[in-house]
Amino acid sequence: MDFLTTFPSMGRADLAALRRGIDASFRDFSREWGEAIEAFFHPLLRFLVWFDNLLLNTPWPIILGVIGLLVWAGSRSWLMTLGAVAAFFAIGYFGMWRDTMSTLAIISVATILCIAIGIPLGILMARSNRAQSIITPVLDVMQTIPSFVYLIPVVMLLGIGRVPGLIAVCIYALPPIVRLTNLGIRLVDRDVLEAATAFGASSWQKLWGVQIPLALPNIFAGINQTIMMALAMVVIASMIGVQGLGVPVLRAISNQYLALGVMNGLAIVVLAIIFDRVSQRYGQRLQAHRKGQNQ
Amino acid sequence: MSQTPKIKIRNLYKIFGPAPEKVLDQVRAGLSKDALLAQTNHVLGINNVSIDIPPHGLQVIMGLSGSGKSTLIRHINRLIDPTAGEIVIDGEDVLRMSETRLRDLRRFTTSMVFQKFGLLPHRKILQNVAYGLLVQGKSTQEAEARAREWIARVGLDGYENHYPAQLSGGMQQRVGLARALATDADILLMDEAFSALDPLIRTEMQGILLELQKELHKTIVFITHDLDEALRLGDNIAILRDGAVIQQGSAQDIVLAPADAYIRDFIKDINRGRVLRLGALVKGPAPEAPVLPDDTMLADALMTLSEAPQQRVAVADKAGKVIGGVDLKTAIRAIHA
Ligand SMILES: Nc1ncnc2c1ncn2[C@@H]1O[C@H](COP(=O)(O)OP(=O)(O)OP(=O)(O)O)[C@@H](O)[C@H]1O
Ligand SMILES: [Mg+2]
Repeated sequence: MDFLTTFPSMGRADLAALRRGIDASFRDFSREWGEAIEAFFHPLLRFLVWFDNLLLNTPWPIILGVIGLLVWAGSRSWLMTLGAVAAFFAIGYFGMWRDTMSTLAIISVATILCIAIGIPLGILMARSNRAQSIITPVLDVMQTIPSFVYLIPVVMLLGIGRVPGLIAVCIYALPPIVRLTNLGIRLVDRDVLEAATAFGASSWQKLWGVQIPLALPNIFAGINQTIMMALAMVVIASMIGVQGLGVPVLRAISNQYLALGVMNGLAIVVLAIIFDRVSQRYGQRLQAHRKGQNQ
Repeated sequence: MSQTPKIKIRNLYKIFGPAPEKVLDQVRAGLSKDALLAQTNHVLGINNVSIDIPPHGLQVIMGLSGSGKSTLIRHINRLIDPTAGEIVIDGEDVLRMSETRLRDLRRFTTSMVFQKFGLLPHRKILQNVAYGLLVQGKSTQEAEARAREWIARVGLDGYENHYPAQLSGGMQQRVGLARALATDADILLMDEAFSALDPLIRTEMQGILLELQKELHKTIVFITHDLDEALRLGDNIAILRDGAVIQQGSAQDIVLAPADAYIRDFIKDINRGRVLRLGALVKGPAPEAPVLPDDTMLADALMTLSEAPQQRVAVADKAGKVIGGVDLKTAIRAIHA
């Protein structure tokens, strides 16, 4: 009877020893390699700091102007441009300018990093079924594992600061761009691809001339998702030393400041909406040829 | 057909399914397409096809839907690898070609029009037509200049800056045609290239095709559902059923001596007067006059025949030599067989 009611588990002492062993060896690993890894990521840190300072030190009217221009370039909509500029103005007016700039910096750098890693990975997955079968489960883990869990080894390795924060954001935000790049390329019409083959296109010519252009709407949906997920990580990242809108939110949680929390939370929502609408509009414009309207 | 063929297809088999090699022997032993599907869940695409296409020839391939026409034509530039058999172009075995050699074959020697058009939806018509030339490595300027010529030739000038989705089906088909013709390849592979065209434009495009074949000595493989088109265009016609060639020959051969009931069914509605020519009916002595060339269509000869003395005409071959006579009764019988 005993056998059925108590689960046959490893002894408590053995289990503790196992955990201690793993911890110790990881600690040894980070002591040995921590500095090298930090050095490896140093250029990233430099770039992040530089970009952060650039945003903070540029006079606010110029930043507003640049934001307006970018939104216009992406969406070609006056309404959206005006809305975005007004929203940023309100954010500044309510005293959240600095934090918003820091968040903007880390989101931008994280997105660039995710694109730089994610699109080539997605292409690789699309071209090889074997790569797909290896990478897919990794992406599944990255998407489902609670973010606090991978914060632990990242912090053990790199301590607290912007780079570990950036890495945590990227781990969380990378999967959609990889998946959607892969999907987009795999969904390209076989008849079109066959025609390219029949005219003697090399696989490079097919990739850049046919597959990527036709996958662009999906790739853009991936970039959009990546940005959204990066924004969702802002608060968690601030727990390990990333500046930005997450910091006041954390403070609000521990001190029960309702207004502070809501205002900064809303600022994150506003950023998300602007990023989302602009990148979706841009993605739609890329598909002009599908609708059959002129240009 | 004494000259060496431009394209030689020998004992070609294509079986679709998980293990084609395993069932190949059963197919060779004569298992039918339906039985193969029922017993092994493999689809018989091509069944022991051998065709020789001479240089500058126009080979028509016909057959009902699903008979394997598209599958066969895709073997010529090896978009599909056969299960067994041999494909030789200009004396070179296509199946032994390296990746790069095959790419060059596709760039410079063959050119294809697709049943489903296969246009690049994200490029404008001009860039679509220029595509083959750009892949060949021609400069954008040269490629686009040539593309413009062909766009005009297929009657689409003014549409250079439209996207394929903005064009009608027939217009898209002509874009596909222009794209294939622009590369100036020796061999044109045309999979139902005119199926979406209205009769007027269709006749015009057939004219362009025959012109190209005569003037530029292209070798053309032409798939069609339309028997009248086949009979008008083809020097040689192959009729497929269930992946196998059941009859091969000139239009006259097929109309005068259909190999079986399937083909008899196939040709029962055609205008025989516009297919059969005097040369095929020559019998008995020739009168002094009138003399008609042997490639006169029966429909055109009837008037002369009915007015000739004893309703009989002499028939002369291309060199002008009289080869015999034909009478009105024979001609009418041939038309109403
Ligand atoms: N990729 C494939 N996988 C499995 N079966 C195929 C494949 N391609 C073609 N087939 C089969 O091969 C046969 C011939 O098809 P094919 O497309 O060559 O016909 P077709 O003569 O061109 O017909 P249509 O006139 O309708 O275009 C069909 O039975 C089809 O089911
Ligand atoms: Mg077909």
